[in-house]
This record gives sequence, structure tokens and C-alpha cells, in this order.
Amino acid sequence: MSGLTPLLVEGLFPNGIAHYALGGLLIGLGTAVIYLGTGIIAGASTFLESTLSYVSDLPRFNKAKYVASRDWRVVFTLSIVAGAALYTVLFGDGWWVSDVQPWRFAVGGVLVGVGTRIGKGCTSGHGVCGVGSRSRTSLVNVATFMLVAIGVAQLLSALGVSP
Amino acid sequence: MLVVIAGGLIFGFGLAVSNMARPEVVLDFLQFDDFGLVFVMGGAAVVTGTVFALAEAFGDRAPLTGRDYGRRLKSFDKNVVVGGVVFGAGWGISGICPGAAYASLGVGNYPILIAIGGMFVGAYLQGLWRARRAESAATGTSAD
Repeated sequence: MSGLTPLLVEGLFPNGIAHYALGGLLIGLGTAVIYLGTGIIAGASTFLESTLSYVSDLPRFNKAKYVASRDWRVVFTLSIVAGAALYTVLFGDGWWVSDVQPWRFAVGGVLVGVGTRIGKGCTSGHGVCGVGSRSRTSLVNVATFMLVAIGVAQLLSALGVSP
Repeated sequence: MLVVIAGGLIFGFGLAVSNMARPEVVLDFLQFDDFGLVFVMGGAAVVTGTVFALAEAFGDRAPLTGRDYGRRLKSFDKNVVVGGVVFGAGWGISGICPGAAYASLGVGNYPILIAIGGMFVGAYLQGLWRARRAESAATGTSAD
């Protein structure tokens, strides 16, 4: 029995859990800082719609709440880019480029864009903030996208798509 | 604005620390090769849950905006499930979600611009489709 736990940990978490947990705490902290200062729950995907209001006249993108928040959402997004760059420069092992096939980014990106807007949020809004708030709506959304994503990723893998 | 910058920096830094900025790591989770993502989402949700609850219980209003710290729960309807299915399919194909995509750019992963471009296209198409549908319904009821 005593030998089972480390084996299990190694099997489920071949890269350990420390940096995952630390990263998660920081992601939560970043959201918490903004919430404490502004009372706004900063999800990452609303940026897509609010930024479209700069270039599109569609009323859908020009709702008052998007126009009012679009400037700071751009700043928020650029700060996320900068924060990740800061880590890479200070503690990372150099710039990193993914090997995942471009078509997966293209097709997946479009579906992610459609899906977050239909479902009112993404992994940060529902997954982090919503789950943290014990919102039933968010729990249902997260359970749904988790199951579908696992199915799709496993299917692609079984079809030999890699990476 | 400084609060937003500080929050965004920490948020992006955390995404890089956790390796969620690397689509491969997310795909490893979805393929059951490495369950680390559970700790990322769990760790983040514990922090936000604690802070949201404390702010609601002891805080009054956010100093910068004057907004109160009430719970902001999104209403439930079938779109929450439909959106989850579409989002999940996209996440499973690409291993990337919006916040992690922005952070991915920060770690040097320039091909992620394809995914970010795709997200804008997707959000635009969804808005366009919804606007069309609202027009044909012609009642002027808000779709949201």
C-alpha cells in the first residue's frame, strides 16, 4: 500500500503537481486582484466581442457593457501576454513554439470563439470564476465542455492525429 | 487601470507557470496522459472562491468602480450546454482556450495567432448569426 501512492502520483502526474498548483493559484490571484479592485469578474473571452465593437457596427458587439469595458479588456489581454512573457524571460527555458498542427488551431479557434459566446464564458469565466462561485450554470458548462473535449481529443489521438 | 494591469500580469504569469500556455499540455490532460490541469483549475477556483466569498461577506463596494461585491451568477438556459459542446469540441481539437491563447503568445508561440484569429472569426460569426436571427424574429426581443 505504501508503494502505491507514489506510483499513482507518478502515473497520473508525470510532470509533478507543484507548478500546476502554483500556476493555478496565481491565475486565481490575478482574477481576485481585479475583482477586489473593480468588482468585475474578468473572463478572458468577452475580450473577443468587446474588441469587435471597434471594427463592427453590429449592435450585438456594441452593447453598452462591451463598449464601456473594451479599453480595459484590451489592456487586460495585453497584460496577460506580458505576464507570460515575463515568466519566460525571468524563469523559463527560452521562447517556446508549439508543434500542434496549424489546422487544429484554425478549426479549434473558430469553434472556441463560437462556443464561448453561445455559452456565455470560457475556461476562465466559467471554469475558474464560476466554479469558484459554485454557480450551477458554470458547473454544467464546465462539465459539458470537459466531457466533449476529452472525447474529441481522444478521438483525434485514436485517429493518429499527433500532435 | 493599474489594477487591471497587475491582475493581467499575474494571470498571464500563472498561465505560463502552469504550462497551460502550451496546447500540448492541455491535450495531454484531455488524453489522460497528465492530470495536472485539475490542479490548475482547482487551485485557481479555490482562490477565486475564497476571495469572492470573503469580499461578499466583509467587503462593501469595490474601491475603483463602486460596484458592490454581490454574486454575479449567469442565468441558465440551453445555450449554456450548446455553447459548452461547441467550446469543448474546439478545445479538444486545439488544446487552447482564450486566456491561455493570449498567454501562449507571451511564451513565444506565434502560431497561436491562427487560433486567436479563429476565435475572433468565431465570435463574429456567432454575433452575425444571432443578429440575423433576431431580425427574422422581428420582435426586437434581446437574444441575451
